[in-house]
Amino acid sequence: MKNNELITLSDDFLTVGDTTTPNEKIMESQDCCVFYDEAQALRNINLEVGKKEVLSLIGPSGCGKSTFIRCLNRLNDTIDSAKVTGKITLEGQDIYNSDMDVVLLRARVGMVFQKPNPFPKSVYENVAYGPRIHGMSESKADMDEIVETSLLRAGLWDEVKDRLNTSGTALSGGQQQRLCIARAIAVRPDVILMDEPCSALDPIATDRIEDLISELKENYAIVIVTHSMSQASRVSQRAAYFHLGHLVETDATEKIFGDPDHELTQNYIKGRIG
Amino acid sequence: MSFSFFLLVLIILGLGSYYFGKSKALALKQNDVVHSLPKYYGYYALVWFATPALIIVSLWLIFSEGIVTNQVISSLPDNIKTLPTNELTLILNDIKNKAAGNLVAGESFIGFELAAETYNSYSKIAENIIIYSSIVLGLISFIFAYISISGKLRARNRIESIVSKILLVSASIAIFATAGILLSVLFEAIRFFQIISFDDFIFGLTWSPQMAIRDDQVGSSGLFGAIPLFLGTGLISLISLTVAVPVGLMTAIYLSEYAPSRVRAVTKPMLEVLSGIPTVVYGFFAAITLAPFIRDFGETLGMNIASESALGVGLVMGIMIIPLVSSLSDDVISAVPQAMREGSYGLGATKSETIKRVIIPAALPGIVGGILLAASRAIGETMIVVMAAGLSARLSINPLDAVTTVTVQIVTLLVGDQEFDSPKTLAAFALGLTLFVVTLILNFYALRIVRKYREQYE
Ligand SMILES: Nc1ncnc2c1ncn2[C@@H]1O[C@H](COP(=O)(O)OP(=O)(O)O)[C@@H](O)[C@H]1O
Ligand SMILES: [Mg+2]
Repeated sequence: MKNNELITLSDDFLTVGDTTTPNEKIMESQDCCVFYDEAQALRNINLEVGKKEVLSLIGPSGCGKSTFIRCLNRLNDTIDSAKVTGKITLEGQDIYNSDMDVVLLRARVGMVFQKPNPFPKSVYENVAYGPRIHGMSESKADMDEIVETSLLRAGLWDEVKDRLNTSGTALSGGQQQRLCIARAIAVRPDVILMDEPCSALDPIATDRIEDLISELKENYAIVIVTHSMSQASRVSQRAAYFHLGHLVETDATEKIFGDPDHELTQNYIKGRIG
Repeated sequence: MSFSFFLLVLIILGLGSYYFGKSKALALKQNDVVHSLPKYYGYYALVWFATPALIIVSLWLIFSEGIVTNQVISSLPDNIKTLPTNELTLILNDIKNKAAGNLVAGESFIGFELAAETYNSYSKIAENIIIYSSIVLGLISFIFAYISISGKLRARNRIESIVSKILLVSASIAIFATAGILLSVLFEAIRFFQIISFDDFIFGLTWSPQMAIRDDQVGSSGLFGAIPLFLGTGLISLISLTVAVPVGLMTAIYLSEYAPSRVRAVTKPMLEVLSGIPTVVYGFFAAITLAPFIRDFGETLGMNIASESALGVGLVMGIMIIPLVSSLSDDVISAVPQAMREGSYGLGATKSETIKRVIIPAALPGIVGGILLAASRAIGETMIVVMAAGLSARLSINPLDAVTTVTVQIVTLLVGDQEFDSPKTLAAFALGLTLFVVTLILNFYALRIVRKYREQYE
């Protein structure tokens, strides 16, 4: 059934809007297709991610947003049935090329998940995890420094500085999610992927994460999947609308939410807002 | 009325009470609101009919033997009645055999035949009382239930509470059985400790129960020192865990993290088959294949290895508990949420780093629990050691020596003709009790750890 759903749009479907980023681009996807066994989940996605910008991916459930975001750090490699074709580059380098080191790629393209998933370790160890496996610190003082700056940037330092040794799983949901962001920041990524980072959080915790995203944008490129129109318009500069595995329209966020070119986008936005 | 006929009558009457209860509810339904579905009123009537019968029959099963026997004893001639208990028991056994129509070796006294007949007639009377009283009481109780059936009676809720009580009873059977087992061992063990002091048993360094048969040596200290046995058990268990823990753990990691689903589909059931092999078979393997091999191998190296070495037994026992360790570890490793793995991969960790730094630590309490369960299995294992371990209690921690274990000694003490009140026989119960306590403590902690671990992710 999913199979049929996906092919209701013709293959020569054309993306409208302006897919290019106004900033310098850092990642680019060219004709990216993803198959789960026989079923095709993504069709010829062409999309750029710019430096210092927040790009939001919107669209109905099952349209392939998560699938796409997981292509950007090759997390789909961990799913046996998934097969990715096309070309995705990070600063011009093809990340699916065999001389790409997945381990380094994932350090440069960090990820925050839908449900906060801190490791059952102390707050400190959660943040130190990445730097440790990548050998990023020479001494304990170095590591303390990394942990502190990461937590500061994630806006969590003040809340946890007195209990760095308590378990990360003992924090509140919103704190856990910020811990996960700190954990991703700690390995000094260029891009941070966020797959519905607020969908498991209450409104106040969501506000804090949104503020944080706006701050982080100064240093990182951010790709965020969200189901909240208002969140997308608050935090992102550009938005991409996905539909049944197709990328329908990409443009400046105001344009997408104000006056989208494509009928499908209009319907989705109207249905959501009106 | 024969017993099977009685059962048949009970079943028919039971079905009847179900039918009448249900029909009354159906009839009420014609012009009234009835709380529950009619079938619940049927069950309600059935339960009321069956309960007296069940109670009476179980009382009969528990007490009739004793009552009838007492009656028979009191009818015996005086010179027999006053015999010591164990002789009297033998005679009673003969009487029962005779009463059942079996051949009896010698009719030991005048009136023997008569006693057998008395036994039969008392049994018959008891049986009749039971049969008729349970039917009559059942019917009376059914009639009361039937009268009480009305639209307001909440039969469905009543049945629900009865079901929960039945389940409770079934659940307590296991607990009472355990308590019963423990008590029976406990009483014999206490008799043992009245002869041999507790300290001599727990801290004694020499185990040599055979010598204690000679009267003059009964109770002489040191003979029942259990330390060599527990040391032997510990040594063999340790060797087996040294084999089973790493192999089992790595198997579990391979199966849950690396194996393609096709390999997993074949390997997991195979491991489970391995855990179904009777331990006797492992015992053969240890005694006939592995132990001689180790001894010969030692000879070629110029070492003197006992043919019942702890090493051989331990290795085989280790192989036996590999499936236990691997399947328990596999369960807890698979229970670690996928989100943990993705979080780690997302930070650039490799698979083995993820396993080492996230999955194993997260699963560790569960794995430790599994290992403790495996340890208690190894400690209590009997057949392999009986077949392949030594008999002489040597105070040694050298894996190449032959050592004996607690379970082996229990078996040796109890096999063959034994006097049931000699310390030698009673020692088996003391050993059993100690073993029981040790494995109970291990299991208790293992289960607590496993449970605590489960809560972490729920
Ligand atoms: N692991 C998987 N195996 C098979 N099909 C999958 C898998 N993950 C996602 N899909 C399918 O791919 C499509 C896109 O899913 P997803 O990317 O999760 O959508 P979204 O995140 O936009 O809700 C859906 O049809 C989904 O059923
Ligand atoms: Mg999704």
